[in-house]
Amino acid sequence: MQTTAELLLLLVVLTDLAVLGTSRLRTCIRAVAAQGLLLGLLPLALASQVTVHVAGLAAGTVLVKAVVLPWFLLWAIREAAVRREVEPVVGFIASLLLGALALALAFAISGRLPASDVREPVLIPAALATVMMGLIVLTTRRKALTQVVGYLMLENGIYLFGLTQTESVPFLLEVGVLLDIFAGVFIMGIVVFHINREFDSLDSARLSELKD
Amino acid sequence: MWLLALCLLPVAAAAVTGAAPSPRVTRWRVGALVGTAAVHLALTAMLWRLPPQQALNGWLGDDALGTIVLTLTSVLFFATSVYTVGYLARATPRGGRVFVSGMLGFLAATTVVALSQHLAMLWVGLEATTFAVAPLIFHRHDRRSLEAVWKYLVLSSVGIALALLGIFFLASAQHGVPGDPLILGDLTAHARELQPAWLRAAFVFLLVGFGTKMGLAPMHTWKPDTYGEAPALVGALMAGALTSCAFLGVARITQVTTAAGLTAFVQPVLFAFGLLSLATAAAFVIGQGDLKRLLAYSSVEHMGLLVLGLGLCGVGTYGAVLHLVNNGLVKGWLFLVAGNVVLATGTSAAAGNRGLVRTLPVSGVLLVAGLFAVTGSPPFGLFLSEFTILRAAVDGGHLAIAVSTLVLLAIIFVGMAVLVMNMALGEPAPGVRPVRESAWLLAGPLALAGLVLLLGVYIPGPVQATLARAAVALGGRVP
Repeated sequence: MQTTAELLLLLVVLTDLAVLGTSRLRTCIRAVAAQGLLLGLLPLALASQVTVHVAGLAAGTVLVKAVVLPWFLLWAIREAAVRREVEPVVGFIASLLLGALALALAFAISGRLPASDVREPVLIPAALATVMMGLIVLTTRRKALTQVVGYLMLENGIYLFGLTQTESVPFLLEVGVLLDIFAGVFIMGIVVFHINREFDSLDSARLSELKD
Repeated sequence: MWLLALCLLPVAAAAVTGAAPSPRVTRWRVGALVGTAAVHLALTAMLWRLPPQQALNGWLGDDALGTIVLTLTSVLFFATSVYTVGYLARATPRGGRVFVSGMLGFLAATTVVALSQHLAMLWVGLEATTFAVAPLIFHRHDRRSLEAVWKYLVLSSVGIALALLGIFFLASAQHGVPGDPLILGDLTAHARELQPAWLRAAFVFLLVGFGTKMGLAPMHTWKPDTYGEAPALVGALMAGALTSCAFLGVARITQVTTAAGLTAFVQPVLFAFGLLSLATAAAFVIGQGDLKRLLAYSSVEHMGLLVLGLGLCGVGTYGAVLHLVNNGLVKGWLFLVAGNVVLATGTSAAAGNRGLVRTLPVSGVLLVAGLFAVTGSPPFGLFLSEFTILRAAVDGGHLAIAVSTLVLLAIIFVGMAVLVMNMALGEPAPGVRPVRESAWLLAGPLALAGLVLLLGVYIPGPVQATLARAAVALGGRVP
């Protein structure tokens, strides 16, 4: 089963890079949805045997991260009629380079971490890389909606790291975490909707009235 | 069982008030809010008489520090809910349905945080508070509150996400160590066996994550905008209760690192965040032109004092726990008074807002008294707790910290006094007449002011005992 998990993790990193390199919001959302699906499959690939716990986790993840949230975000951009990320703070090629740097850094850091008995060695670097690329998207994009996508990537990276700890975090709490993320993105989506209506734009850089 | 009842009561109340559709039943809905707050307070008071309780396999429990945070939250919430009666009678766009449900959801989430012995559960509760208060901040539905809620959501969601990573690091540190995963008691009991590299990483991520929710500098940038734009009573709940819950998260991980003997690593980090917060507050308090934003920077200052006290160990820990209570109460008091100013004059800006002592006799006096309380003047409780923290700095040989803290506190006092005195004294604008103040709007701040004064002159025996137990559990001692 080792190779399946490794393949899935490789695909996760590729979806990260896809979000970094594209200007189309719709593609960003599709990429993050694909990432959600991969994340749902990973516990099945990693588990030595499929228990109710693992199957429930996989089903919940796919439902929230690959179906409901992407659908909601696609609805939001349809309502707001935006399609492209214009003039990001850091260009797309530059963000891809930053992403590659983040990936290298993630492997370097993971190599120095004390090896807790992890079944899948690529898991931790992939998790850290996804966290860093999520932060890159969050900080360098101007559209409020792309920032929500960045937040989702950040959460996905943390979820990947959480997969090393499935025995220590019980099912009930995983449900709690998933619900919280769901509520977070949902409320952010509603705020994005209001930003669009108030300012006629999803550009969060226009939110600059409040300062000292 | 009592603990579960405490958590579930506000959830049920939020569901009921949220489900009732008609905007005409505002009065009934607000009645449910005050009733729930009263029952919550009564249940919390009962916990003080009962032996320590546990629920859900030890995931919930009322240890000393948790009980203090729970009681603080419950008292503040009750005072605020009484205030809400007066507030919604004056300013109620959209029937107050989302508002009341949001408040009750906030109470539920903070109760879970205060009672959590399982650190991942604490995280779930703290994350839930973010979403419960978002609609409260957005209450006015205008551009400025939209900007405030967006900044708040993005910053605290990212912060709390990093805290989740910290929780997973902590679970990694616990790999192969006996005891249940992420249960506070088991973590501290076997702290020395935890993998130190992971534990250090966990501490840094949890401090940054929960520190964002506390509003420690430099992660405080959401605070002035959010407190400035949210209705004042929401500011009271956030600056009083929410920051205390976030501090509880920081205190929990510090408890584990202290038990693991990592004090030498933890101490400088806490000092740096504490002093930076004090310095940031001092820099932005000077020349501040808005009462609610001023209070936000004051909150940054007190969060800095809390982590400073925690880092100083010894009696500093006791000072921090006492300061937690004092700061929560005084922030409730001042924000509710600021709310009265906004309701009467339409703004919390200092420009043109003068002579409040004459136009709003009770609130004006409470505002001036609150200025002295929040800046740590005797005879108020904050004098005692700030003095204890400073004493710990001197005792521990950290003279530089003691001196710089004193200087920064003096600057903050001057900055706050200029703004508050300008608003309170002077000649009111021509044609402005004294306002008859509603009892609903005064009961809360008066009660909180009484409590802050009481804690300054006499700390009741059971409270003193619980504060002492909390300080000892955190690795400190009682003066």
